[in-house]
Amino acid sequence: MRVQRGLAEMLKGGVIMDVVTPGQAKIAEDAGAIAVMALERVPADIRRDGGVARMSDPEMIEGIQAAVSIPVMAKARIGHFVEAQVLEALGVDFIDESEVLTPADEAHHIDKMKFTIPFVCGATNLGEALRRISEGAALIRSKGEAGTGNIVEAVRHLRSILGDIRKITQADSAELFAWAKLLDAPLPLVQEIAETGRLQVPLFCAGGIATPADAALAMQLGAESVFVGSGIFKSDDPAPRARAIVEATAHFRDAHIIAKVSRKLGAPMTGIAMDEINQRYAERGW
Amino acid sequence: MGARIGVLALQGAFAAHAAALQRLGVRADEVRVAGDLAECDALVMPGGESTTMSQLLETSHLFDPLAKRIADGMPVFGTCAGMILLSRHIADGRPDQRSFAALDIDVQRNAYGRQLDSFETEIAVQGFDRAFHAVFIRAPRISRIGSEIETLATYDGKPVLVRSNTVMAASFHPELADDDRVHQLFLNMVQG
Repeated sequence: MRVQRGLAEMLKGGVIMDVVTPGQAKIAEDAGAIAVMALERVPADIRRDGGVARMSDPEMIEGIQAAVSIPVMAKARIGHFVEAQVLEALGVDFIDESEVLTPADEAHHIDKMKFTIPFVCGATNLGEALRRISEGAALIRSKGEAGTGNIVEAVRHLRSILGDIRKITQADSAELFAWAKLLDAPLPLVQEIAETGRLQVPLFCAGGIATPADAALAMQLGAESVFVGSGIFKSDDPAPRARAIVEATAHFRDAHIIAKVSRKLGAPMTGIAMDEINQRYAERGW
Repeated sequence: MGARIGVLALQGAFAAHAAALQRLGVRADEVRVAGDLAECDALVMPGGESTTMSQLLETSHLFDPLAKRIADGMPVFGTCAGMILLSRHIADGRPDQRSFAALDIDVQRNAYGRQLDSFETEIAVQGFDRAFHAVFIRAPRISRIGSEIETLATYDGKPVLVRSNTVMAASFHPELADDDRVHQLFLNMVQG
């Protein structure tokens, strides 16, 4: 557990970028990504194409592992523990049990305690985050709404998770039982939060980041790193945007630096408003 | 305890280092720009991705001021990626990756393998009366060590904790250990 959460600790203050080819992985590494997420289609394309989205082709993941020296992550479907076994066999550094792929199990997530490789899972609220931690997740990210280029859902999820943590630190010991029931989460984890004032594992932001200011917004709200999915390689000019998001994430409280790096980036991905989508990925997960 | 310790906070496990230093009763300040560095008497360089950090050191205009402070004798402690940045030569680094050459050691990035090969173990540290729990994460290996450099701990026949007069480096992560003795060792160096 210490080794798994330790890698999550090393990833703080950085940007994890979705890539679909070794060439994109190189661009991401050159831009200062702390890790890449290897997948066949970015969420915006999964959304456009429809159908069942699955784990990526192992050969494609290996191609990306060979192209870069930074950690490589890959996605397994919710509950699809065999996809996770395959990813562990490939030696990926982190597995994302992801709602962006089509769920394989409508009631159960993967028993992540059985794996050596650390897992990251999405959450929309604190109860979901604590259920994933109790299953063995070493890292939690907001779900946001992937593939939309719209930060509004990620902001909602971060505010919900961090707001409830702040409230729990004010609760007395009797109220913690009610909190555990309300959140549908294990009592010992709720009690631990009351004591420490923080989640047991790092909390990152994912889902809808398209600009340097989006990344800094997530960080100022309390995220400790950001995942950028479609936001980089669906924009007009990926390399400078990737570098700018890396700088804005490191200097997230410095508006002068964010202003400086936000210049001349070309157009961001177009983005979609929430009432224009018919499938909310964030609703996947139990 | 007047010394102000900076923790390089461009990327990586800076929060865990700051927590360890605060447990030891010293003030730990995050360092992201040259102005932050100027206010510190010593610096911790955390683990994380050395490629990302060296790039941010350049874009944040921090590389040259930091190189000067290190050359002037400011005490520095680097762990994992921090150790890579303090070394003289980096094997398997990026071609454009610069290091401070503050310690006469050569290192090999990710030499212990990918995350599947990350591990934790007990190591003996010179001067400690009991073992230290060392966490190695995609760790670099010291492949050459200069004759002036003191080895404080080894694992598998290779040095993993080393120091010169003002610079200390570890290939493992003392900030993840719930045991602050290695940080105390650094504070002893700072307080001379």
